[in-house]
This record gives sequence, structure tokens and C-alpha cells, in this order.
Amino acid sequence: MRSFRLRNTAAGYGWIAILLHWLIAALFVGQFALGLAIVRVSSQRTAFALIQWHKSFGFLLLGLVLVRIGWRLGSARPALPEAVAPFERRAAPLVHALLYAAQLALPLSGWALVSVSMLEVPSVPFDLFVMPNLPLGASDAAEALWSAAHEWLAWAGMALAALHVLAALRHRFLLRDGVLARMIAPPPGDSRE
Amino acid sequence: MVVRTLTLLAALLLSVSEIRADVSVGDAAGRYTIGTSGSAIRFSIAKLGGGGLSGAFGRFSGTIRIDGADVARSAVEITIFPASVGTGQGRIDAFLRSDAVFDSANAPEIVFRSTGVRLAGDATAVIAGRLTARGRTYPEVFTAKLDSLKRGAVSFHVTGKVLRSRYGMDVGTPIYSNVVDFDMTLAGRRG
Repeated sequence: MRSFRLRNTAAGYGWIAILLHWLIAALFVGQFALGLAIVRVSSQRTAFALIQWHKSFGFLLLGLVLVRIGWRLGSARPALPEAVAPFERRAAPLVHALLYAAQLALPLSGWALVSVSMLEVPSVPFDLFVMPNLPLGASDAAEALWSAAHEWLAWAGMALAALHVLAALRHRFLLRDGVLARMIAPPPGDSRE
Repeated sequence: MVVRTLTLLAALLLSVSEIRADVSVGDAAGRYTIGTSGSAIRFSIAKLGGGGLSGAFGRFSGTIRIDGADVARSAVEITIFPASVGTGQGRIDAFLRSDAVFDSANAPEIVFRSTGVRLAGDATAVIAGRLTARGRTYPEVFTAKLDSLKRGAVSFHVTGKVLRSRYGMDVGTPIYSNVVDFDMTLAGRRG
């Protein structure tokens, strides 16, 4: 029996952390794919629509990442299995910290990019409300800078995500421990928090 | 829009000729050629959060025919070449020329032909007509106000609103308004 536990415990993650993890993972990778499509699509009409979706999902991602960081800071952290080597005990938190940094830096750099763009296209996430621009001066030079930063961060973010996925698969298929499983569902529950 | 403008021009001419003794209806009657010299076809589209996108067409041509006996039978026809659109931002111009908006490669002309002119004051006329863009034609109405009338030359200030979605140009809505505000100065010379 799976537990309906929402909060983390020392034994494993709760549903809130699990849901946030996978939602953000899907957005993070999906945004990368969308970004690749935007710079490759030939129709300007399609590109415009895709860019607006990319901006909408980017603001959603930023909001979810802030919620996730808040949730993490206020939650218990499940311990790694005893068998995990000292090197991994240091490497895993480092990659996690870098992933959090990338999850923040990507939407923020995208927000900066649209804020400094000479095209001055408003950001209207999901056509719901006008998101104000960041107070940065618009110029072609600033746009080129943030565009390059956004692209570079995207590739770095994907590299970190790939490392993270490989590590998870290693735990599942080589080490055969419960590290991946605990991000699938909370451990069978004895208590309900 | 152009057609409306022309019609308005004709109506204005008639109206003004009634006001000013030095220019008779007979003087104003005739055929005028609209040229880019002294003329401007400006447009703007509001965007969410304030401000908007504005630009102008650099190339267009047209004629105004003013019927001296019956202003309502006057006519205007204007052709705009959308490839000449200019906003001050090259990337936006390229976007507007592309198939996202004007598709100027396949639809090089936007045409307005008046269908009726109605005087709406001493120097104002309402010009109804049919606007064709990207192969679609819809009735549109413009208001023309006579700016100046000299022998052989007229100038009108023409305004009107057009819904761009009708013409397959709805890209960017609702961030950018569906309503295009036109603000034109159309100068015609007799001949």
C-alpha cells in the first residue's frame, strides 16, 4: 500500500515534493525542446506563437521552482542509503544545487531577454495577465547578451539534467537501491504524518 | 481604406467648395491622383500593458474622382504595397511582410475601392468601400476631413479602424489588439 503522505519524512519524499519534482522536470525538458523548435521553425507566425508559449511555461516554471525551494527548505530531507559512497554523498548535493540554480537562472535569463528586447513584445503568461518587464535597459547589445546567456544556460541545464538522470538510472539498475523509487512514490506508510 | 479616403476627399471638396467662394464645386470636380509626396499612411495597433506598434506604408497610389453634380457618386481607389511597411525596427518589418501578416510575396497589393460617399459636415465625409487584402474582401468605413483645398490640389486627413483578423492577419492577438487604427494624410493632384 502506497502512502498518501504529502510531506517528506526521514524515510522518503512526500507527494508534494514528488509532484513538484516531475512537474518541473517535464517543464524543464519541454522548455528546452520548445526553445530548439523556436530557433528552427521557418514560419514566423508559428515562431511567434511558440515564443509566447515558451514565455508562459517559463513563468510557470519560475513560480513552481520558487515554491519547490520554499517547500524543500521547510521539509525533512530523506537520508541516502547507507551504501552510498562518500564521493556520491558530496557529488549529489552539488548537482542538485546546480540544477536548482539552472532552474532559477533559465527563466530569469529568459525574462531578462524579453525585457531588454528592442521588439518590446509584452509578456502575457497564458493570455492571463501582463507580466511587467525586469528593470533593465533595452538595447540590441543587451538582447544579444541575454540571448547568448539563455542559450548557454539551456545547454548547461540539459547537461546537468542528463547527469542527474544517469545517476538515477545507475541507482536503479546498477546499485539496485531505492534512490530512484523514492522519487516515484512515498514509501509504504506506517503513519500518515 | 484608400478608397474611402478618396471618396471622402471628393465629398470634402464639394463641401468646401460650398464654403469658400474662391473654389467652386466645378473647380473641385475632377480626377485627382494620390501620390506619396505630401501623403502618409500611418497605422498603429495597441498592445496589452500600454503602448503599441506603429508604422507606415511607404509606397501606395490611388485616384480620387469628384463628381461635381452629385458628391455621393464620387469615388476613391487606393492601392497600398505592403512590402513597403516600415516600423523603425527591421525585424518587425520582416515579420509584417512575411506570411505571418501581409504575405507580401504572394499578396503584393492591398486595395480599397469606395462604394459610397456621404457628407457628414462641412468638411467631413464618410466613405464606405471594400477593402481587399490577402485575397479577402470586407466592407470598411473611413472618415475623411478636408485639410486643404487649392486649385488642382487637395489634401485629406483620413482615419478608420480595421479588424485585421478578417484578413488572415490575427497573429499576436490578444497581446496585440485586433483593431488597426489608420491615420492617413492623402494628398491628390488633379490629373
